[in-house]
Amino acid sequence: MTILPARRMGRSMPGGSKPVVAQAEPTVHRNIADVFFRLLTGFCGLLIVVLMAAIAIQLLVNSQMSLKEFGWRFFWDQTWNPVTREFGAASSIYGTLVSTAIAMIIAAPLGLLIALFLVELSHPILSRIVGSAIELLAAIPSIIYGMWGLFVFAPLMQRMVQPALGKTLGVLPLFQGPPMGIGMLTAGIILALMVLPFITAVTRDVLLMVPPLLKEAGHGFGATMWEVTRRVSLPYGMQGIVGAMFLGLGRAIGETMAVTFVIGNSHRISPSLFESGNTISSAIALEFGEAVQDPLFKSVLIELGLILFAITLVFQILAHLWLVRLKRKEGK
Amino acid sequence: MRERSLAGRRITDAVVRFIAAASALAGIAFLAWILIDIALKGGTALNWDFFTKRTGPFTLPDTGMANAIVGTLYLTLAATIIGVPIGLLAGVYLSEFGKDSPVSTTVRFVSNALMGIPSILIGVFVYTLLVVPMKSYSGYAGGVALGIIMLPVVARTTEDMLNLVPNELRESALALGAPRWKATLGVIFRAARTGLVTGVLLAVARISGETAPLLFTAFNNNHFTWFSGNGAGRYFYDMREPTANLTVTIFQYAMSPYERWKEQAWGASLLITAGVLVLSVVARIVFRGKQYGHAK
Repeated sequence: MTILPARRMGRSMPGGSKPVVAQAEPTVHRNIADVFFRLLTGFCGLLIVVLMAAIAIQLLVNSQMSLKEFGWRFFWDQTWNPVTREFGAASSIYGTLVSTAIAMIIAAPLGLLIALFLVELSHPILSRIVGSAIELLAAIPSIIYGMWGLFVFAPLMQRMVQPALGKTLGVLPLFQGPPMGIGMLTAGIILALMVLPFITAVTRDVLLMVPPLLKEAGHGFGATMWEVTRRVSLPYGMQGIVGAMFLGLGRAIGETMAVTFVIGNSHRISPSLFESGNTISSAIALEFGEAVQDPLFKSVLIELGLILFAITLVFQILAHLWLVRLKRKEGK
Repeated sequence: MRERSLAGRRITDAVVRFIAAASALAGIAFLAWILIDIALKGGTALNWDFFTKRTGPFTLPDTGMANAIVGTLYLTLAATIIGVPIGLLAGVYLSEFGKDSPVSTTVRFVSNALMGIPSILIGVFVYTLLVVPMKSYSGYAGGVALGIIMLPVVARTTEDMLNLVPNELRESALALGAPRWKATLGVIFRAARTGLVTGVLLAVARISGETAPLLFTAFNNNHFTWFSGNGAGRYFYDMREPTANLTVTIFQYAMSPYERWKEQAWGASLLITAGVLVLSVVARIVFRGKQYGHAK
């Protein structure tokens, strides 16, 4: 009788042989304890799955009222009037996607370049110091970024950045309108700062995994640092880098506090990035407090939550499938 | 392939080098800027009252953050009590029993997905689950919300750390006749101890700065919510009440029009940032100091 899964012990213990017991304990008791332990750990593991299902169910059940009231039109309606109780999610979905897009447009190349600097250019000691500093910065709570954005960065945007952008790129509708400091662009930049450490750290790890031999071969041909990076390191690590971007994207899309402070909470879709907007998470954070009085309003916000849940889940599944593909490729 | 002049290639290379170095400098400068602002603006707000007086209406001249500091500690403690044991056991399942079975593959995937779910949705979930039936915001709800956020983090790091323990150690323990549970908790856990501690510390650091999941669960309170009476209870917060905490207070104070509140919000931000950074640094030192295999 064995108490072990055969695959783990297969190597060192001939199958079926009874382990020598130093302190004789009744085998039956030991088995009961072990079975119990195994069930307990399995139960805790399954609890995670149950929790996830419960989150989905609770969001679905509690948004029923809104789902019935507004139906599919909820997705493209941008009305938002708690007094007449007319609601649509269009501005929140738009704001979530646009602020995330701005964040990624800034943070993805910047993170890649910083990772490149850490791996290829800087002295190893400097690289280690800067690298751990960046990892620590990923730990700073998002509310800190939000507060700093509101009190320090938004005034700066208003005085310097937005007027300058208006002058130079003002022909584009994106950069028109009065400089207000807060708004979609500011929120996107703050989000970019938040996910930057994250993207940098993962991308750096990916670049570090490129075998030195490959890079040395490139240098041996007389290729420059950039040529080796572009033709060797980036293709080699491309899938890992895409994974890093997915992770950053996943963080940016549901980020609440950093955005809530600086987005301005307006439910109007405007082509200008200087205008206020809202994201799903900022709307929930700012309006849930008053919504508890009105069941329909609350249900609307929970339906927004359900949409955010679905979006993040889709990204998680895509990232997962990507990784699975990656592993299968490596296995070849 | 197109011939390119050496000079041209060198110039491209130099330009890329310059841009990369400039990006690194810009990134570091921005992040240093944030930290310095928090240290300077927060530093002026930290005084004796900040640590000893409770929060209160802005009309009161002498308010502080004492009840929120204690509240944050209790909420973090509650989350740790809820999240860590379950997370550890789930990690044991993944590493020791489940391995590559369909069940554990599912658990692993769902854990990763749960880590990616925005924390505000966990807040909404716990609101519908606990706050609505109990008809009150409560510290328990806040602790549960933070605990749920910790759970998958602890489970996944536990799995990773236990996987680092060499199989020979498991086999030796079992060969001596130790039952599986004893081998796991007594031998494998001990071998992976530093890694597990690191994982828990990082998970605690992660939740102690969370705001969004507390907004509609623990909510906030202007009072110390100690249990009444003279028993041991007076050293504990009554978590059935809405519970004061630093992050939600920062949110409310920073959004307010009152200068003094904003100043105190900076102070609280400094405190929470320092706390989170110290926890993260300690976690890294612990891990570097004594990884499995290094210590003999």
